[in-house]
Amino acid sequence: MSLLDYFKTSKTSTASLAKERLQILVAHERTSRHQPSYLPELQDELLNVVRKYANVDQDAIFVNFEQDEHQETLELNIVLPEDNHGKKPKR
Amino acid sequence: MARIIVVTSGKGGVGKTTTSAAIAMGLAKKGHKTAVIDFDVGLRNLDLIMGCERRVVYDFINVVNGEATLHQALIKDKNCSQLYILPASQTRDKDALSKEGVEKVLEELSKTFKYIVCDSPAGIEKGAHLAMYFADDAFVVTNPEVSSVRDSDRMLGLMSSKSRRAEQNQEPIKEYLLLSRYSPDRVKLGEMLSVEDVQEILSLPLLGVIPESKSVLNASNAGIPIILDEKSDAGQAYADIVARYLGEDKPHRFIEDKKGFFGKLFGGK
Ligand SMILES: Nc1ncnc2c1ncn2[C@@H]1O[C@H](COP(=O)(O)OP(=O)(O)OP(=O)(O)O)[C@@H](O)[C@H]1O
Ligand SMILES: [Mg+2]
Repeated sequence: MSLLDYFKTSKTSTASLAKERLQILVAHERTSRHQPSYLPELQDELLNVVRKYANVDQDAIFVNFEQDEHQETLELNIVLPEDNHGKKPKR
Repeated sequence: MARIIVVTSGKGGVGKTTTSAAIAMGLAKKGHKTAVIDFDVGLRNLDLIMGCERRVVYDFINVVNGEATLHQALIKDKNCSQLYILPASQTRDKDALSKEGVEKVLEELSKTFKYIVCDSPAGIEKGAHLAMYFADDAFVVTNPEVSSVRDSDRMLGLMSSKSRRAEQNQEPIKEYLLLSRYSPDRVKLGEMLSVEDVQEILSLPLLGVIPESKSVLNASNAGIPIILDEKSDAGQAYADIVARYLGEDKPHRFIEDKKGFFGKLFGGK
């Protein structure tokens, strides 16, 4: 089924698709607007440090910045590979 | 003290210049002394839409650089004695404008004008930033289309953090949604974002909906702001917008499909 057929047969109108996509995107962009500009660089450097010890992928690191009235928090999530615990990758 | 209105959008070609010309004319026709400034340095177009392109001698940059006085550069509109146009430079690039230069011109205009309408260039860079920096009110022109809505939201973010009001911790810029090029019939068919959809996403008060209209091209062909075409739907939409902005209570129009029964048959919401 081509994409065009999908638009023709589906009950979801393209306008509601547009609305849904925009709501997700705009919410995402609004939170990232308030993030400090050093975030991508920080993420990159952290990844390099982790990679000295574990063989993780580029996308195995997740950095989330949050802000409320009282404090700013940086949440770090790194998924380690299953097979090589503690093993140092070849560099 | 003048009220400074920026007409902005982020995305290009959504109807900022059309809107600037229309609302400036509308405000002036209501008896308020109004100046409209073209901030699109290097790509001046407001003069064409206002029909004064052959009377441009000096421009905004000349005034900023002290090569001409404001009095020399302002063009008095041929249709309305309360309206003046400050054209952009066609030859200089946008670096010729500075915050200090713009501030000086706005301050001088503020002494004698009631409203100053700033026609922003597209984008989020220097020209667009300077056009909104000193604003009191923002008319956010948006088309019912994904990229335009996204860019409007981007612009709203900038106005809430990078404007003078934001930087000096003053009351924020008053932002209004102007939804332009709207086709109620396509909304009914589920092919176009509805005014409620766009309002929900951007959470802005609606100043008005301007329908997609053939009369806009006719007006720009002739160099007459669309609001002077009182018979046209788009002209009436802009007249309503000006009235609402000035505090008049006007119910919204041009939102419903005129082919009511047909629309109901297809059951949009
Ligand atoms: N309501 C409308 N119905 C039909 N056409 C319209 C409408 N509003 C604007 N247009 C057309 O859209 C085009 C772009 O309009 P305009 O120049 O006002 O946009 P702009 O936002 O100022 O563009 P830029 O970002 O390049 O400065 C023009 O051809 C204009 O005639
Ligand atoms: Mg323009």
